[in-house]
Formats: sequence, C-alpha cells, structure tokens
Amino acid sequence: MGRVRGIAWYTMLSGLSLVFIAPVVWMLITSFKTPDEATRVPPTLLPQDPTTSAYDTLFGGDSQTPVLRWFLNSLLAASGQALLVLVVASMAAYALARMDFRGKKIVFSMIIATMFVPIFTLIIPNFLIIDRLGWLDSLWGLIIPGAASAFGVFFLRQFFLGLPRELEEAAVLEGANSWQIFTKVILPLSKPALATLAVIAFLTNWNDFIWPVYVLFSPENFTLPPGLGTLQGAYNINYPVIMAGASLASIPVLILFVVAQRYIIEGVSRSGLKG
Amino acid sequence: MVDVLAEATTSTSAPVAAAPRRGPGLTPYLFLAPYALLFLTFTLAPAAYGLWISLHDWDYLLPGKPFVGLDNYKALFSSTSPVFDFFWQSMQATGVFTVFSVPLLVAVPLGIALILNRSFKGRTVFRAVYFAPYVLGVAVIGVLWRFLLDPNLGAVNALLGAIGLPDSTAWTTGLPWAWVSLVGVTVWWTLGFNAVIYIAGLQDIPRELYDAAKVDGAGRWAEFRHVTLPGLRPVLLFVVINTILASSNMFGQAYLITQGAPGVETRTAIMYIAEEGLRSYRMGSAAAMSYLLTLALLLISMVTFRLFRTKD
Repeated sequence: MGRVRGIAWYTMLSGLSLVFIAPVVWMLITSFKTPDEATRVPPTLLPQDPTTSAYDTLFGGDSQTPVLRWFLNSLLAASGQALLVLVVASMAAYALARMDFRGKKIVFSMIIATMFVPIFTLIIPNFLIIDRLGWLDSLWGLIIPGAASAFGVFFLRQFFLGLPRELEEAAVLEGANSWQIFTKVILPLSKPALATLAVIAFLTNWNDFIWPVYVLFSPENFTLPPGLGTLQGAYNINYPVIMAGASLASIPVLILFVVAQRYIIEGVSRSGLKG
Repeated sequence: MVDVLAEATTSTSAPVAAAPRRGPGLTPYLFLAPYALLFLTFTLAPAAYGLWISLHDWDYLLPGKPFVGLDNYKALFSSTSPVFDFFWQSMQATGVFTVFSVPLLVAVPLGIALILNRSFKGRTVFRAVYFAPYVLGVAVIGVLWRFLLDPNLGAVNALLGAIGLPDSTAWTTGLPWAWVSLVGVTVWWTLGFNAVIYIAGLQDIPRELYDAAKVDGAGRWAEFRHVTLPGLRPVLLFVVINTILASSNMFGQAYLITQGAPGVETRTAIMYIAEEGLRSYRMGSAAAMSYLLTLALLLISMVTFRLFRTKD
C-alpha cells in the first residue's frame, strides 16, 4: 500500500470507528455532567464541572431504583445461567459427539431445529410454566428456562468432534469410564471452547430484555435491563442518571468483550457458518 | 424425550457393532438427561402448550378458560373484532422495519467485511470496534439513543445544526423519522455481527479461485461477482434468514426509543403480542398472534431458500 493510499485508508477506517465509539463515549461523558449541563443546547463536549452526583443518586438507596441490587441480580442471573449452560450443554454435546446410540440423529436435529424457532412463540407458555413452578418475579425464572441452549450443544459438539481420539482411547485402555473420560480428558482439552461459550452465554443473559421486563415485577428483583427502562421513566429529565445506569450495565460486558473479543467473534462466526 | 426414554430401555439389549468391551447402554442417555429435561420443559413443551392456549379463551386472571377452537385465529382475520386493527397495524410495523433494515443489514456489513478482510495493520482492532456496540444489549442502546435522538436536546440534532442542517427533526416522535431512527440504530447496533459472519465466510473461499480469476484477467468487480459472491452463497443465505428472523423480533428499540410513537405506528408485532398477553393477560389471543407470525416467518424463510436455490 502506498503512503498516500495508506493514510486515506486509515482515515476512512478511523472515521468509521468514530461512528461506533462516539455514542458510547457520549454516554460515559454525560454520566459525569450535571442534569442541567446534560440538556444544554448546544451541548458541551466535556463536563464543565465534572460530578459523580448521578452515580450518587443511583447508589443513594432509593428504594424504587436499587441499582446496586439490579447489578448484583444481573451478575447472579448471567453467571448462574452461563454455568448451567456449560454443564448441561457439554454433557449433551459429549454424548452427541462421541457416543453411538439409537435416536441420536433425531435428538440432534430436534435441538438444531429449535435454533430457528422464534423466541416469542415460547414467551407466553413459558410465562405460565414459570408461574406454575413459582418462579415468577425471581431469578430462577431468569436462569433456568434459557439454559437449554441449542447453540451451546451445537458449538461444543463441533469442538468435541475435532478433538483427537488417541487420548480417549488410552484412557479407555486404562479402564476409565465415560464420566472419567468426560471430566479428565474431554473437558480439560476444551477450555477455550468452554470459555467462549461461557462468555457468550453470560452476554446473552446479561443483555436479555423482553423476558425480564415481563417476568420480574418488584424493583428489588429487577436486573439492569428492566431497571434501565424504569430509570428512563422515573428520571425522564435527569439524563446523567440514566446514562450512569447505562454505563454500569455496559462496563462488565465491555471489559469481558475486550478480554475475550477474539473468542467471541470466532464463536459468532463459527455459529453462523456451519449453522 | 418420550422417544429418548423408549430408546434407552430397548437399546441396552440391541447388538452394538464393534463396541469396546461394553455397549454404550444407558450412558449416552444419562449424559443427555439434564439437557433433555430443560429442553423438554422450556422449549418443546411450551411450543405445544402455546398451541393449546391459542385454542382457548385464556384469560390469565380468570378461573375458567373455555375452549374456543379457532376463534382466536378467526378474530385476527375479522375486521369487526377488537384486535383486528391493532394486530395488523403491528404486523405492518414489523413488516416496514424488516423491509428497510434487512437490505441494509445484508449489504452494508458485506462492504465492511470486504474492507476488514484485506490484510493491514490493526485489522483486529477495527473489527473489534465495529463489533463492540453489539455486545451492549438493547436496553443500553435503547436508552442511549433515546437521549441522543431527543428532538430538543439530543446530540444528533445539535450535531446536524452545527454543520448547517435542519436541527429540529422529530427523530423519536414523528414519521417517517421514527422509522429512520429505529432502522438506523439497529443497523449501527448489529452491523458488526453480520460483518463477522461474512469475514468467516470470506476466509473459507479457496485462494486458488482468486488466483485462477487473476490468470483469466478478471478485474476487481468480475472477481467479486464470479468468485466472492458465489463463494459466499451459503453464508449469505444464513445472514438473510437470520436477519429477517431478528428483525421480526424487534422489540426493545421500539419499546425504549419511540415507545410506539407517534401513535401506535411503530408498535411492532412482538410489542403488541407481549402487551396483549402479558399486560392485558389475554393469552389465548396473544398465543394465536404469535403462531400466525411464526407461520408468516416460515413462509418467508422458505421463499428465501427457494430464491437462493434457483440461482444455480
């Protein structure tokens, strides 16, 4: 690439990057402004008088908007579901990748077929099932139903299929049973895939919106997404508070993304291609 | 599951060819069991349960839930029923959103993917940057863009004003602006997702095909038309179908940014189904709506498959 073309190339890419980054940066900046300054026309670029008062309001123990509680609920729900997905999907994927049994093809195609079932057809019946189980307005209702991740099974099965058979065969000769092979051979070899799935499952649950909005009723049981919706209603004119809430909801996923972005992007592309 | 269990009890006695020392017996089913339990309870059973609900006058708050046959479905096609206008209004909203967002979300990410697939320094950083908004979730991007697009004090109008363009567009409350906002925000938000899928697809196209095209004296455009596009066909099909399904699910953006405004014009099908079923508790009617929407999507997906196949 020539020098001039190189400069033009990077200018274009950076300009485009700005489009993706600027709104997020604006969210962070606004969270440090006063309500007055946040709505000034024309807007100021940097806070004239930086303040953490928006965060103080959020953490100030307002019983209608217990943001710290929402944050912890989100953390619990997302990590709980991620863990559950790892356990049940890896076990199922192991059976589907490494064992022969009758009905295997049917089971696998049924799982894959549900990847294409629109989620909204399940919302109303699942609401009633959750109600029957006594999980409405609780974290259980957020953790358990989504844990049957078809993507998780599919993704891990692909990975397990690619693992060398030799180690497994050696373990069989030493008299290891299937559970021992699974926990001592397959899982340790699959750390990158398991980590990827954990991150994707965490992100999915952390960001879910429609389900928590309808199955959670009490403010103290909210996760951040429905919480943000109520912040928008409650502090309609206090944009720094809303932006502070949005920043809090973004920080864990942005950190997670920066740490694991190579895996996330790989996971996404893999799921897309061979789906 | 019933199937699985039935298999489990019979297969122990079934002869297994070349089994090392012991047949698989029950073991595979035990490994599948935890997943199967969740899958049965929260995917398979609700899919069937929803159909059952749609055949009843299922008011969540009332004890009696009389069987009404196809009445809930008929109501959706009868212009005198109370749900008729709202339902088709919401289907139309979903349709408008899909028609405008899908072409953009198929074409723009392809362009970005072609750019980001060339080799240059810092390529991974740019890929990450373009993908980043996608990890933020609809709640965050919803409240963020509601603020940025505020007609009076939002940064978007301020920016437009600063460069001498009209600065009082009703992005969240007027038509067609509300649609421009919803489509624009969605493209901004999810473009990286499709781009990443394209990039993976581009890398699977054998290099030799490009070399052969060069030998034949193909230019950039000919190369794109005769090597890249055909090579991307399966990926393209996935992206199109996936994007249609995602668009038909559009909820959070409209819920948070336009709140259906100006009236109920931007209230999408999912928004209306959720309101009818989970706010007004008329679940039979809402379930019927969701199955009708599913049927529509199934037809659209089949047509898309066809279109891609007949291009041979």
